[in-house]
Amino acid sequence: MDHFRAKIFQYSWLMCGQREDAEEVAQDTLLKVFENFNQLREPERVRPWIFRIARNACLMKRRKSMFAPAHELSLDEFLPGQIADWSALPDRQMLQTEMKQALDRAIGELPETYKSVLLMRDVEDLSTEETAQVLDLTEDTVKQRLHRARLAVRQKLDEYLRTVKAGGHRNGEE
Amino acid sequence: MEKNERSEDTQRSCKEIFSLLSDYLDLELPAEACQEMEAHIAGCAPCVEFTRSLRKTVDLCRQYKPNEMPEPLGKNARQELLDAYRKMIAARS
Repeated sequence: MDHFRAKIFQYSWLMCGQREDAEEVAQDTLLKVFENFNQLREPERVRPWIFRIARNACLMKRRKSMFAPAHELSLDEFLPGQIADWSALPDRQMLQTEMKQALDRAIGELPETYKSVLLMRDVEDLSTEETAQVLDLTEDTVKQRLHRARLAVRQKLDEYLRTVKAGGHRNGEE
Repeated sequence: MEKNERSEDTQRSCKEIFSLLSDYLDLELPAEACQEMEAHIAGCAPCVEFTRSLRKTVDLCRQYKPNEMPEPLGKNARQELLDAYRKMIAARS
């Protein structure tokens, strides 16, 4: 129970942006899961089912559609010029503190419509089909938003890596 | 992939690669399209670099765990959840 609660809390915190809301969403979601478990027809789909309940609880909390496309990301925004040296990162590198902070910022700054897709697909490892079900989107929309979300995160990390290589600090602080 | 002295055809191909790269990394492209992408990438250093950086980005996202953890449940909230959980178990047996 604590494991699921922590997972739902983390998703809700990233989507709601407020600890108090995320605590309530996690509690409400778990209650609904227990109360409605007999309505789950396909047990192998329990994770998307839980995240769909959490997503609806987030919507109720915010009382507005944070999943509506408020800010569209264009592919052209992410066409690369110079690329940082990513080969310096070993394939299985664990997230070190500064890289983790850069990733926190990159994901945190995504528009919510894109963040929700990235969290489901890459962080929670749901399939394209499951993510589409959770978020009420077509699979094509999931794929399109996922790609743009990844490009946005890649661009932020690339900027971070170039800053590190130049020996500077984040935001050009000295 | 860089916007400089490369031919228009190459640049167009790079842009196509760029737009399909997540589908490629997720193995969601048809085999033929996949082979075409691999043939282009193999001869295009900027696309190799960009593909590496996007693949690494996806790897990092898959390892990502938010820092925030919920506060421990209060006594009443925990009891409410336990009651709901026990009802769920009873309904299933």
